[in-house]
Amino acid sequence: MTHINIASLEVGQIIGTTEFLLTRDSLVRYAGASGDFNPIHYRDDFAQSVGLDGVLAHGMLTMGAAVQVAVDWVGDAGKVIDYGVRFTKPVFVDAQDGAVLIVTGKIGEIDAEKGEVRVDLTATFKDAAVLGKAQARVRL
Amino acid sequence: MVNPNVQGKKYPATNPYLVGREKIREFAHAVKSTNPINLDVFAAQAAGYTDVVAPPTFAVVIQERSLATVLNDPEADIDFSRVVHGDQRFIHARPIVAGDELVSVLEVASVKTLGAHSMVTFETKIFAEGDELVCTAISTLVVRGGE
Repeated sequence: MTHINIASLEVGQIIGTTEFLLTRDSLVRYAGASGDFNPIHYRDDFAQSVGLDGVLAHGMLTMGAAVQVAVDWVGDAGKVIDYGVRFTKPVFVDAQDGAVLIVTGKIGEIDAEKGEVRVDLTATFKDAAVLGKAQARVRL
Repeated sequence: MVNPNVQGKKYPATNPYLVGREKIREFAHAVKSTNPINLDVFAAQAAGYTDVVAPPTFAVVIQERSLATVLNDPEADIDFSRVVHGDQRFIHARPIVAGDELVSVLEVASVKTLGAHSMVTFETKIFAEGDELVCTAISTLVVRGGE
């Protein structure tokens, strides 16, 4: 049970927008928590040696942060039953300024019978979308 | 080029992974979660869970263990230095909760070739004790061809 009344929702309705500041500290923290120690996520020299402009965020960090908009809305991380994204653009994380990821969630589909809604997420970095088809199915 | 013959290949179950409460908290902080269900045992219990609940993408930690066996499989012939994550999905039968002991079984769902590149889709089924399916993780990696 949640505080959200499914009958009051409308497709297209914005459920929230959150700005995430991803810094090099965030990347090191995510590397440790996830076990993904690919050096393209913390070493500029290594990133450049494989043809990148610099250190980039783990796609899975962007994916994991983006869904928090849906989690915060429903209030319970366990209610996200299906979540998928495509990784369309890298998020370069400046050593000093980091990177600002702006995530907005809106209602994409309502299944009143099942008590489920699909939340469509857009995640942008420097005005460009970095995730494609980011959809989280939430059980209310 | 990824060996197309590994399409349909199944890899044996991983060693059991014990989901720790502090690991969930660490992962939750790392993905910028402030949801009490991820962090606060009492809040999680008040919501009906036995312990803190993992964030929706935590299953990647389990998936990676299966993926590592594929990336080390000479038959698959995947050059990790050329791998880019294409897409990812987690379908949860139920949330992962601290105290779960999980194993994963990976199958190479498809291998496609697009010019010099390969696209490999993996389906990793994550089970709790008693063969209870907890999560299906689907991941597509793009392996860039050599120049």
